[in-house]
Parts: sequence; structure tokens; C-alpha cells
Amino acid sequence: MGVFGLMNDAPLISILTFFPLVGALIVGLLRSQDAARVRAMAFAVSLVTLFPIAFIWLNFEAHSAGDSLQFVERHDWIPSLGVEYFVGVDGLGLLMILLTGIVVPMAIQASAGVKRNPQLYFALILFLQAGLYGAFTALNFFHWFLFWELVLIPSYFLIRNWGGPKCRAAALQFFIFTMVGSIAMLVGFMALYQNAGSFDFMELAEGARNNGAATMAIFVCVLLGFAVKVPLIPFHSWLPATYSEAPTPVTMLLTGVMSKMGVYGFVRILLPIFPAQIEAAMGTLQTLAVLTIVLSAFAALAQTDLKRMLAYSSVNHLGYCMLAVFAAAQYTSVDPQWAAEKSAALSGAIIQMFNHGVTAAAIFCFIGFLEQRSGGLRGIDDFGGLRKAAPILCGLMGISLFASLGLPGLNGFVGEFLIFKGVFALSPWAAALATPGLLVTAVFLLKILQRVFSGPLNDKWKGFPELTTREQMLVAPAVALMFVLGVHPQLFLNLTNSTVVRIVNQLAN
Amino acid sequence: MDDFGANCLSLIVPVTFLGAAVIGLVRMPDEDVRRVALGTALIGLVLGLLGTCSFAHIDGPAIAVLHDCAWVKSLGIHFLLAVDGISLTMVLLTGFAATAGVLFSWNVDKRVREFFALYFALIGGVYGVFMSLDLFLLFVFYELAIIPKYFLIAIWGSGERRYAAMKLALYSFVGSAMVLAGMVAVYVAAGAETMNLIELAEKARAGAFSDSFQAWAFPLIFVGFGILAGLWPFHTWAPTGHSAAPTAASMLLAGVVMKLGAYGALRVAVALFPAGLAQWADAIALLAVIGIVYGAGVALVQRDFKFVIGYSSVSHMGFVILGLVTLNEVGLSGAVLQMFSHGIIAGLLFGVVGRMVYERAHTRQLSMLECMGLSKALPFAMGTFVIAGFASMGMPGFSGFVAEIQVLIGAWDASPKFALLAGVGIVIGVAYTLRAMNQVFFSDAKPEHELTVPPAKPISLPEMIGAVMLIVCTLGIGLYPRILLDLIVPALHNDLFQAMWGGGGL
Repeated sequence: MGVFGLMNDAPLISILTFFPLVGALIVGLLRSQDAARVRAMAFAVSLVTLFPIAFIWLNFEAHSAGDSLQFVERHDWIPSLGVEYFVGVDGLGLLMILLTGIVVPMAIQASAGVKRNPQLYFALILFLQAGLYGAFTALNFFHWFLFWELVLIPSYFLIRNWGGPKCRAAALQFFIFTMVGSIAMLVGFMALYQNAGSFDFMELAEGARNNGAATMAIFVCVLLGFAVKVPLIPFHSWLPATYSEAPTPVTMLLTGVMSKMGVYGFVRILLPIFPAQIEAAMGTLQTLAVLTIVLSAFAALAQTDLKRMLAYSSVNHLGYCMLAVFAAAQYTSVDPQWAAEKSAALSGAIIQMFNHGVTAAAIFCFIGFLEQRSGGLRGIDDFGGLRKAAPILCGLMGISLFASLGLPGLNGFVGEFLIFKGVFALSPWAAALATPGLLVTAVFLLKILQRVFSGPLNDKWKGFPELTTREQMLVAPAVALMFVLGVHPQLFLNLTNSTVVRIVNQLAN
Repeated sequence: MDDFGANCLSLIVPVTFLGAAVIGLVRMPDEDVRRVALGTALIGLVLGLLGTCSFAHIDGPAIAVLHDCAWVKSLGIHFLLAVDGISLTMVLLTGFAATAGVLFSWNVDKRVREFFALYFALIGGVYGVFMSLDLFLLFVFYELAIIPKYFLIAIWGSGERRYAAMKLALYSFVGSAMVLAGMVAVYVAAGAETMNLIELAEKARAGAFSDSFQAWAFPLIFVGFGILAGLWPFHTWAPTGHSAAPTAASMLLAGVVMKLGAYGALRVAVALFPAGLAQWADAIALLAVIGIVYGAGVALVQRDFKFVIGYSSVSHMGFVILGLVTLNEVGLSGAVLQMFSHGIIAGLLFGVVGRMVYERAHTRQLSMLECMGLSKALPFAMGTFVIAGFASMGMPGFSGFVAEIQVLIGAWDASPKFALLAGVGIVIGVAYTLRAMNQVFFSDAKPEHELTVPPAKPISLPEMIGAVMLIVCTLGIGLYPRILLDLIVPALHNDLFQAMWGGGGL
């Protein structure tokens, strides 16, 4: 009781957020020249954060009747602006911090190739982890925005200083796109603050439809910030260059967790605060979501670089989440019978966020392994027949690819199934138009399997090294999760249920 | 406020001038001069901090009178020193900037005694302005600060230092002349019996200043002070002055002296002439926004590292001016907070550019610095500039963000179009900061120019202490702005501003 009693009262979320920051300072000041030692230290710091997360998960009351927000901390911060330090988690927040807690240690372990200035590299990654925890738990715009930007700075430097040959241009492009989006969002929230007198997400969402605080102009500003981050076509043009030029572990973070910040924003902020505006712009928004899904799938099909291919695949997978969020804003007038469909779509979107995070991080991790072994090659035609030389690598990567294309029994299926179940009922046309995306996704993922793993083994790769035990350990948890969530999705759906119900109820008001 | 706090604060001005006198008059080795200088600056800072702590205990929007004696009886002029939360904020800023300035001037070896004597004469004047409650006294201190500035730049500066010093002095004097004329007009219009700002505010509320009088007196005084605050289009002294000045003087110029102008504009023009403000607010806001965008745009194309920072000051001071004319609590407190924040951040940036980089690389041309591989040669300078740069571009977590967002919210409340235009300035701000950062610290070194051969002198301890002190300030205020906002916001409702709230802003 003693220790756990103490933990119940402790400001767990603040500890979770600030612990990696302290860790970043310590790692940054390490004097060791040994990159492996620095990496081990950073790994330990990032892994330790899983303890508070596990504690939060175990003590999370999934079926709490009242407010679905738990582990809330609330303190006055800037009274003149009515800003509070307000953090807490609901099912959505919990899944996101869990995802962060899983993907960041993976990315750190996958950074074995980083030899130059490892202290700074790992300190920046821990910095980024702190920003992610902060962004996924903040419930007041003011410090949420602080963490949102806090994530941008380390990722800029990580891409810029440790990336591929054209990384500088890519990093700058990434920074400017995101920054312009952020400033638009800032302006939007300031206008919203003028109208509603609050920066508090929960307060802003209460009766958002009736109080008239939000206007179309504000919505467009805020949308821009999130649309760049996810990204939603046509705001995606920074992404392929960034994903392919970033060092592969950083790409894991970019696609695994940082893109989720955007989707999270859609579910946590845009949908509850701007339901009327989404409904009013439904045609445009759904068109953009469908275009995102379909065009990015075809774009992926046309790529030859594996990293670029998977970059577009990420855009495609997150497009489904957008589709679900937009569809959920429909038919708000009275009809309560749509509640089930909306819940399905939103649950699907949330679960898809988690699943895509794990799967995409794992796939990029495998691409990193291929790159290390081939001396930097990652074209789809550079390999061939690898399954003979490295069966375990190909087997595990194959599982991840199948998870990504939504094979039933693996995790990807659950999210996409729920999304389409909801969206087909809510807006059948959009769902129907999006289905080619599913097909093309299957085609290009199978193309990877075929070109890289099957066929005659290229002589060059006769001695292609198999996964080492360490590398197997590294990807094992992710692959295990793909099976667990594929077979037993209730594990997470239970957690998110009360959150989804709350959002759907707010929409109906 | 208890006696102890009041005593501390009333000692600041005399101690600083005493320090200036000791350094100027007593023969001693250079090393001792620096120690005395650091001591004087630190005493000022500590007295300010003690006074602020003691002030923080009183409730309500009080003004604490420190010292009051008749000076020119026949004219009703008093030697009247007093503080409220806004003065204290500026006193603290001066303390930090002065201390950091001494630390960054540790390597001055030309006429050290004169340098620090003039330096403290300037700071004494600045402290005086921030603490005078008598308009005439305020003006005396204000003038007192101009003269040392001229010599600091003309003697210890670099580049076109005489030109820059003369330009600065001329602009300052034109501004002063306008303020003086306005001051006399105020004095006469209010019945020629007092210069006490509280009493003037009372008269203003009672209607002593007619609308037609305010219609010309407001712009006269506001622009007079505004010249020193870098109000566009009278800002051109600022970039040349900042760039030619020795590091400590640039830090003070951008960090504190520009605030004198903004402070004067707030205390006199905004506080006494509500009708004038209502009439001119749109025009001033337009100038402020042009300053924000124009300053940022010009900073984007500079080739000289110091000019980038110089123009960035014009841009950031635009936010102060915009905040002053919003006439709402959020905007005004944002303006005061921005004065503090910009003072600290500008100090930090000039410290890096003028001291850490220039003294080692001996050039300020971005194209030359680009080849020197400074990230390897001067990692500490790089780290400081990265932090200061992000603070300057308004990243959340640093003081600049809280200040600028308050000004923007205040402006939005009054008139959204100005807030949107100012937002464009922030975007350009990101661009010029990143550009300078990339060019100076993150480009590839050309071996023949590399600064590691022969190795540059490492960053010295005083520089590090100064930089860390300023970084802690900007982070502290950024993360917990209440430290200052709890001083500033109540002060906006004290007797000095009793007339102001009756008028209209933007």
C-alpha cells in the first residue's frame, strides 16, 4: 500500500512529462565518448517512463460513470489570461502516452548507427519525448502549445544534423511548414479566446455548437496547424522529403508518434470545439480526406525508395482517421440513432492511431536494418530473395507489412474495420470512394514483399546478415502487440470507450 | 512596503552614481576597476530584488514613495522618487542588463576607467527615469542618459562609430525637444503648479486637458518618447547605433534605453491624454505594425550579423508600442512584459554577436562567419544563440512568447487587423532568426577559414555567467510570468493611470 498509496497522490503526469527533460540534461552532459553507453543511458531514461504509464493504466477506471478525465492536475498559472496548468488523461490520452512510451525507446535502440555527437542526439530525443508526453496530456491550449512547439525544435535539429545527404533542405522545409501551421493555429486560438474567454479545451468544447464562439475563419486557422502535421493533402508536400532524409530512428518517431499529434488534435480539439464548422464544410473536408487516402496510395505505388513508399503509406493510413473524424460531425441535429455509428468511427480512428504508430515504427525500423546491412541502399529493386538469406528478418517484417495492409487477425484490421463500419453508415459515398485506397495499399505492400523478399537471391546478398538477438528483442514487443491487438482489441477499446461516448454526447448537444 | 525595502530602492540611484564617480576619479588597476564595476552593478541588482520582494507584500495597486523633497519651490518641482509594479519591473531589468553588460565587457582594455564611469552614469540615469514620479525629474534623468551613450559609442565603438553616435544623439535630442515642449505645455495647461505625475493624472481626470489640447499634445509627447523606443519611421538610429556600439552599450541600448522611450510614452502620453490616445491610437498602431513587419523584413536581408539583431529590436519594440495603444489590461501588461523580455533577450543576442563571436572572429559579415565552422570552435556561443534565437522568435516557454501573445490578444480585442499583421511579423521573425542561425553556426566550414586553426580563445567564465543569468531570466519569466505580471497588472490600476481608463484605445 505504502508505495502505491504515495503514487496515487503524486502528480504522476507532471512527473512523466518532466522526467525525460531531466534525463535529457543528464544525457547531454555525459562525458563518455562511447556512443553505446550514452544510448544505454538514454534508453534507460525513456524506458523508465513506462512505469508511471503502467501505473496510470492499471489504475485507470475505464468505466467511470462521471468525467472520463483522470489523474487530473490543475493549478493557476497566469491568472490575468485565465491560464491554468491543467493536465489529465482519458482513454485517448492514455493510448497516446502509451504509444510514446513504446516507440521512443524503440527508436533509441534503433539508433545504434549514430556515432557523431551521441550526447546531443539522445538528449534531443529525450527532449522530444517530454514534449510528446506534454502535448498528449495538456488540456489547456497555453501549455499544450508550448509542448507542441517543444517537439518541433528537437526534431528539426535531429533531421538537420543526423539526416541523409539532402537533410538540411528537408529540415528547413519541415520547420517552415510546421511553423506556419503553428502560427495560424496560434492566431486561431487567440481569436477563439477573444470570443470564448478561455484556453481550456474542455470548457471550449462544452456547448461549442451553441455558444457561437467558434467561427469558420478560426476553424480554418486551427485546421491548418493540424492538417500540416498529419498531413492532409494538399499540405503534405513536406513529408516525403522529410521522412526519407531524416535518420531512420527519427522517421520512426515522426510517423509513429509525431504524426499522431496531428490526429490527436483532430479528435481532441477540432471535433469537439468546431463541430458546426466541420459539418458546414463537410463536402470539402471529406473530399480532402478521400483524396488523401487515394492519392497517397497511388503515390506510394509509384515510389521506388522504400522510405518514401512507406512515407506515403503513412499519409494514407492517417487519412482514414481524418475520414472518421469528419464523418462523426454529421447528423448532429437530433437523431440519436447515429450515436453507435459515430462511436464506431471514432473508436476506430483512435485505435488506428495507436496501431499505425506501432506498425509504422516497426516497418521503418526494419527498413533501418536493411539500410545498415546494405550500406545505405533502400530501393525496392536493390534487394530480392532476402527471405532465403535472412528468414527471421523477412518473416517479422512481413508480419508488419500485413498488419499495415489490414489483414484480419492483426492490429491494422480492427481500426480500419471500425472506421469503415461507421463511415459507410454516416457518409456512404465518401467511404465508397475511399475503398480504392485500401486496394492500392494492399498492392504496394505486397509489391514490397515480392520484390524484396521473394524471387531469386541476388548474389550480392548471399551473406546477408540475419537479425541479431538484440535486434529481435527490439522489434519483438511491437510484433507481439500486432497480434495481441488483432486478436483482442477490447483491451484498448474498453479504455477509449468513455472518451468516445463523451465526445459523441458533446456533438449531439 | 516596509522601510527596509524603501531604503533599498532609494539607495539604487545614489549607489550607481557613486560607483561611476569612484571608478572615474580613483586611480586603480584595470582589474580592480572591473571588480568595482561588477560590485556596483550587483549592488543595484540586489537592492532592486530586495525592494521588489518587500514591495510584493503590499496589497492593491500601490505606489510607494521613496523620497520626496521640494526642489524648485516656485515651480512646484519636487525631487520625488517613487515606485510601482511597472517601475520595479524596469528596475529589475536594468539591474540584470547592467550586470550582464559588465560581465560581457570584462575584456575591454582601452581606457577602462572612463568606460565604466560613463557606463554607470548611463545606468544611474536610467534607474532615475524609472523611479521618478516628478515629470521634470524624469526628464532630467532622461537627458542625463543621452550624453554617456554618445561617448560610449564614439570612443569604444566599432565600424562607423562616430557617425552612429552622432545620429543617435541627434535623434535623441529631437525626441527630447518634443518631450520638453510637451512637458511645458502640460505644466501650463494643468495650472502651472505641479509636475507630480499623480497630481497631473488627477487633473487630467478632472478635465484639465481639453480634447483639442490633447489632440496635439499626445502625438508630440508620444512620438518624442517613441523615437527612443524605435517607433517607425524614426527608428533608423537604432540599428546603426546598436551595431556600432561596444557590446555592453548595445546590450544597454537595445535592452534598456529603448525601454526609456516606451516607459515615458506609457507614463506621460498614454496616462495623461486619454482623449488624445483615442484619436491617435489607429495611427500609432499602424506605425507600430509597420515597424514590426518592416523591421523583421529588413533583418531578413542584412549581411551584417549585428544589423540582423539591430533590426530585430525595431521589430520587437513594435510589439511594445502596439501594446501601449490597445488600452486594455492584457495588451498593456503585455507591453510592459515585452519591455522586460526584449531587454533580456536582446542583451543575450548582442552578447553572443558582439562579444562571443565578434571578439574572436573579428568580423560580423554573415558570409565570412559562414566559413568559420563556429559550431566546432565556439559551441557555447552556438548553444546560447540557439536558445536566445528561439526565445526571440517567440517560442512558447520563453518570456517573448507570453509577452507577445498578450500584446496580440490585446490588439485582437481592440482591432483584429493589427493583430493579424503583427502575426506576419512573427513569421518573418522565425525566418530571419533561422537564417542567421543557419548561416553563422550551422554551415560547413571551409578549412582555410576555420576558426579552430589557430584555436579561438575559449568562452571565458564571465561570459558564461552572464549568458546563463539572462537565459534563466527569460526561461523563468516564460514559464512563470506571474513573477512579473503580479507586479504589473495591479500597477495598471493605480493613481497614475486613473485618467487613462476613461478614454478609448484602438
